[in-house]
Amino acid sequence: MDVQTLQLKSVAYRKTILEIIKQSGAGHTAGSLSCVDILNVLYNHVMNVSPENFTDPNRDRYIQSKGHSVEALYTVLADKGFYSREALATLNKYQSKFIGHPTRKVYGIEQNTGALGHGLSLAVGTALAAKKDGRSYRVYTLLGDGELAEGSSWEASMTAAHYQLDNLVVIIDRNTLQITGRTEEVNGLEPLEDKFTAFGYAVRHVDGNDITALIDAFGQVPFVPNKPNLILAHTVKGKGISFMEDTAKWHHRVPSDEEFAKAIEELNLAEVKLKAAV
Amino acid sequence: MELVLGKPNQDVFAATLLELAQHDPNILVVTSDSRGSGKLVPFGQTLPDQLIEVGIAEQNLVGVSAGLASAGKKVFAVSPACFLTTRALEQIKNDVAYSNNPVRVVGISAGVSYGALGSTHHSLHDFAALRTVNNIDIMVPADNFETRQAVLAAMHHPRPMYLRFGKRAVYDLHTPDTPFEIGKAIKLREGGDVTFIASGETVAPAVLAAERLAGVGISCRVLSMHTLKPFDTEAVKQAARETHAIITVEEHSICGGLGEACASILMQGGYHVPFNIVGIPDEDTVTGSQAEIFNHYGISAEGLAATAQALLQVEQPS
Repeated sequence: MDVQTLQLKSVAYRKTILEIIKQSGAGHTAGSLSCVDILNVLYNHVMNVSPENFTDPNRDRYIQSKGHSVEALYTVLADKGFYSREALATLNKYQSKFIGHPTRKVYGIEQNTGALGHGLSLAVGTALAAKKDGRSYRVYTLLGDGELAEGSSWEASMTAAHYQLDNLVVIIDRNTLQITGRTEEVNGLEPLEDKFTAFGYAVRHVDGNDITALIDAFGQVPFVPNKPNLILAHTVKGKGISFMEDTAKWHHRVPSDEEFAKAIEELNLAEVKLKAAV
Repeated sequence: MELVLGKPNQDVFAATLLELAQHDPNILVVTSDSRGSGKLVPFGQTLPDQLIEVGIAEQNLVGVSAGLASAGKKVFAVSPACFLTTRALEQIKNDVAYSNNPVRVVGISAGVSYGALGSTHHSLHDFAALRTVNNIDIMVPADNFETRQAVLAAMHHPRPMYLRFGKRAVYDLHTPDTPFEIGKAIKLREGGDVTFIASGETVAPAVLAAERLAGVGISCRVLSMHTLKPFDTEAVKQAARETHAIITVEEHSICGGLGEACASILMQGGYHVPFNIVGIPDEDTVTGSQAEIFNHYGISAEGLAATAQALLQVEQPS
């Protein structure tokens, strides 16, 4: 899939994310907007996974550790054909399988997540199984930056390096914000690159909202043989909507009618510009 | 009656697992620097590719095990019960039970196996904690026979399971041809006056108490409730219908464990039978050997016999 097509998909995904959150009356708006380009590239360009091969033991795996940004994942999986876009109208509704965090009840989702600090250990175990079985699949996991305060992520990192899991790709959605405010003010994370390098990862930086840059970064995996891969994806929380960008208050705020209309207008404009560029 | 001392249940667990794993490379053991206390050193030496060490990190132990299980591995996650079911409770709840990754979570040196080491090393909460978690079964074998049967059953069990083993040698209670089924209590002794419903390493003292009581004309039924989930509700109801009093015995807090599970069945079933929960009371637990702690809290032939006699007097004040 070419870059322009993927860029247009990102715009469409952002619309869907806002529509389903607006319709549901709840959701993690800004975090979904920050990571959706990463999911776009993973599912449409990088990973060997589809509704047709989802039970194949050789498929690539994606585990979303920052489970609260599930609206981005539901949106991308619908577009991949795991279920219809219309099904997402039930998001967060009574007895809907589309709950506010990833669940295996939804076709296409690998693990139930939502409590932070769990995805990396799950991914390490899954990657280790590939090594044991001599399978070539890769395991991708997306962590929030605020999530890195959970010590379990660092326990898992030690194991990833110890078992030389170069089939593991850890992506940090480094938008620098968590629900309370700046990560560096809540409980400082930096120097993240040094920390991850010291824990045994091969680390790459990427603009996590730039499709071309993401394609390039994922294309270099494995970065270093026998080392787990870590991508520090520098993103903007609320990306794509001017008044949502880089503000903590949009962590799980639902847009008003006026805000929603303005956001869709901005996305329509972005779509027009992209098409004109093509 | 003389009971014959067998091996520690966790020794039998490790030996059975090694035997099975030698024929099935898909069986993996994951340890948190716990292969020594889990008697898994021979396993690691014989099948080094089937033992995964994650160091002293119980949360990671369970999460990694869940990931391995999701890729089709038959995983036994082995760690002292005291750490495994507290520190990694969220991983057991979410990554194993909720995500339905059928890990066999194995708590070793359980209960007050590490009696002298203090409350940090006691697991007197694990039944209570895990009974409330949906989609994980709980097995607490009493002797070497039950241990081996539980491991064999766990191998083909489709759901997550918690297995709990102690580190002291235990008495053999069963003959090798005893029927064993997950969720089905084993009747070790028939009697009409009192039923002892016991789990794990408290079954032997219950058997010895029954023997002692027989000497004074009190006949006791003894049930080994080796599975706490799914629970053999019918065995409890039957005991209420057919015997005059029920005493539950467990190496666990009296809160939230076997005893309260039975109490719930009896109350909601409308059974009015003299009833006593014997276990570790809600207090700063006394320290010492497992046997000393059992004696201190009346989990002994003498203590349980006295409890039974007192309970029958309550029922028959004449």
